[in-house]
Amino acid sequence: MSFISRGFKGRGRREGAAGRLPPGQYLEHGFPVLSAGPTPHTPLDRWDFTMVGQVDQVRRWTWDEFLALPAETITRDIHCVTKWSKLDSTWTGVSVDTLLDGVETSADYVLAFCDGGYTTNLPLEDVTGGKAWIAYAYEGQPLAPAHGGPARLLVPHLYFWKSAKWVRGLELLAADQPGFWESLGYHNRGDPWREQRYWGDE
Amino acid sequence: MDAEALRLDGNAAAGLLDQIFASEVTTVRGTCAGCGRTSSIGALLLYGGAMGAVLRCPGCEAVVLRAAAIRGRYLLDLRGAAHLELRDGA
Repeated sequence: MSFISRGFKGRGRREGAAGRLPPGQYLEHGFPVLSAGPTPHTPLDRWDFTMVGQVDQVRRWTWDEFLALPAETITRDIHCVTKWSKLDSTWTGVSVDTLLDGVETSADYVLAFCDGGYTTNLPLEDVTGGKAWIAYAYEGQPLAPAHGGPARLLVPHLYFWKSAKWVRGLELLAADQPGFWESLGYHNRGDPWREQRYWGDE
Repeated sequence: MDAEALRLDGNAAAGLLDQIFASEVTTVRGTCAGCGRTSSIGALLLYGGAMGAVLRCPGCEAVVLRAAAIRGRYLLDLRGAAHLELRDGA
């Protein structure tokens, strides 16, 4: 009977999903909204993005300056710790590599900070080397406030709470500093393929 | 008598804390460490979805209390609460 099981499994999944769902995840076709607080509505003329902390000098971009930076459009699978995964989501934004270009730092960690007070921490090496973006468009449209617009951090290789909504900057740090969920039992790194959901997970 | 001579270990507070943690939670009132407003638990604004409970002050929207269930244990963060007030139900 095993060949029937394999056949059923193959037809039951969306084409291409096999092997793309990390352990414990299910396939979601919608785009669920999860938020730790109310949706901020910062006017674009008061929005800026800053690179602060252990930097040779603070970098700051206004909204217009940010949009003028080289942008990339990327398609990635995303994985929420609440167990949904969404395949082939397409985003447009600025690579963190672009923002760090020319920045001199001895930092090993970053803390993303956001309108509304949310924070999340990451090793610097998880946001460099083409792995993280500040995204301002989703599926070709301006990023909706409910999904983090005007701009959110996008770190698709880690659980999606690391992709901080309403991001306003990165603080470069010599020592790691747990963010909002990381200080309430959630894993410090959050690799979905290693199922790093909570404190104590390997 | 100096303070160290009067000091007990934390177990000596167990009776009092047992009373507090056994309280009916809906009677708890929390005071926001940010703006000082006092609200019942039910009047706080709940966010956080399936990740955990993020309870915010209805006055200033600051986080008053956070709680999460993490693999068989519970975490409670009260950094945003100046204090909690619990009524003696007995």
